[in-house]
Amino acid sequence: MSTSTIAAPPGTWTLDEVHSSIAFQVPYLAGAFNGTFREFAGTLDVTDDGAALTGTAKVASVDVKDNNLSAHLQSPDFFDAESHPELSFSSERIALDGESVRVTGEITIKGVTRPIVATGAAHGPVPNLQGNDSLRLQLTTTVDRTEFGVSWNAELPGGGKALSDDVTILAELYFVKET
Amino acid sequence: MRVLAISGSLRSGSHNTALVRAAAEHAPAGVELVLWDGLKAIPPYDADDDAEQAPAAVTALRSAVAEANAVLFATPEYNHSLPGALKNALDWVSRPIATNPLRNKPVAVVGASTGIFGAVWAQAELRKVLSALGARVLDRELAVGQAAARIVDGSVADQEVVAKLSAVVAELAAAVDARDEAIAAAAA
Repeated sequence: MSTSTIAAPPGTWTLDEVHSSIAFQVPYLAGAFNGTFREFAGTLDVTDDGAALTGTAKVASVDVKDNNLSAHLQSPDFFDAESHPELSFSSERIALDGESVRVTGEITIKGVTRPIVATGAAHGPVPNLQGNDSLRLQLTTTVDRTEFGVSWNAELPGGGKALSDDVTILAELYFVKET
Repeated sequence: MRVLAISGSLRSGSHNTALVRAAAEHAPAGVELVLWDGLKAIPPYDADDDAEQAPAAVTALRSAVAEANAVLFATPEYNHSLPGALKNALDWVSRPIATNPLRNKPVAVVGASTGIFGAVWAQAELRKVLSALGARVLDRELAVGQAAARIVDGSVADQEVVAKLSAVVAELAAAVDARDEAIAAAAA
């Protein structure tokens, strides 16, 4: 496989929060809990030597379709927002192969930092309606939440656990190049 | 530092109330235990009664929890679980869930029973409920079995139990300090 650094012009690319989303999915029984972070920020710094992706998300902005669950997610059983108000990500390498992208880096959840690999697709750059270059990254990775101390679970009456340990993180990132 | 101490028993000769009294008498320096005795006045939970002005007994409990740095619970075991009255009081405290005063608060659970197991199942269920409310629940357990032999005339006669109670309160105080440090670090 031939890889190259991201094919974007050098400069600072800022995440457009309105047109981006950071979501997660936790399997339970035959379904899945879906949630998003309403507040996040990110930057893609492109130089001639490569590209670096960094970002943060506010735990307090977790949004799921159940207010009781939203409150529980803030608590020490899950993210412990009071002690660890942010999640963060920092890339080490971004490799492109056509439109396929593979990002290696470190994610920090609940104060625990671990390496991850996210894969997906890169589109662009293309000019947006204001004439600024824009590009889109769609990235997916799966983490074991218990490795980060996000360990709550409960035995189901019929056997088995209420929630999966594996959580899929889905990032839909739309960047606009600063002029 | 102020620790609210809640016994889950209403009985005047309660072994669990004796535990919280002993914990108060032997609290580490700098820690004041305040015994809460309002359990019997808490009405059955009804969301309709919580719509505008909660009952006075409930408001008093919510305030007492909010004003404490930590909470120590001593629970008896009724039918392998915590007493209904205690669960009912926590159901009141828990609403609304996102801002309830037990959220993020360090809490510890101890328990006594006349049998040999020392209310371990009630303690486990109470920890589960407190976690659901968002409290910081200490893992440490203190199961005082055969309470009738260890608690005499309302006083904890077994000095080993007294020492373990003091250790639980000390761990609770350390959890309060750790919480304060974590908040300061997160804000920095």
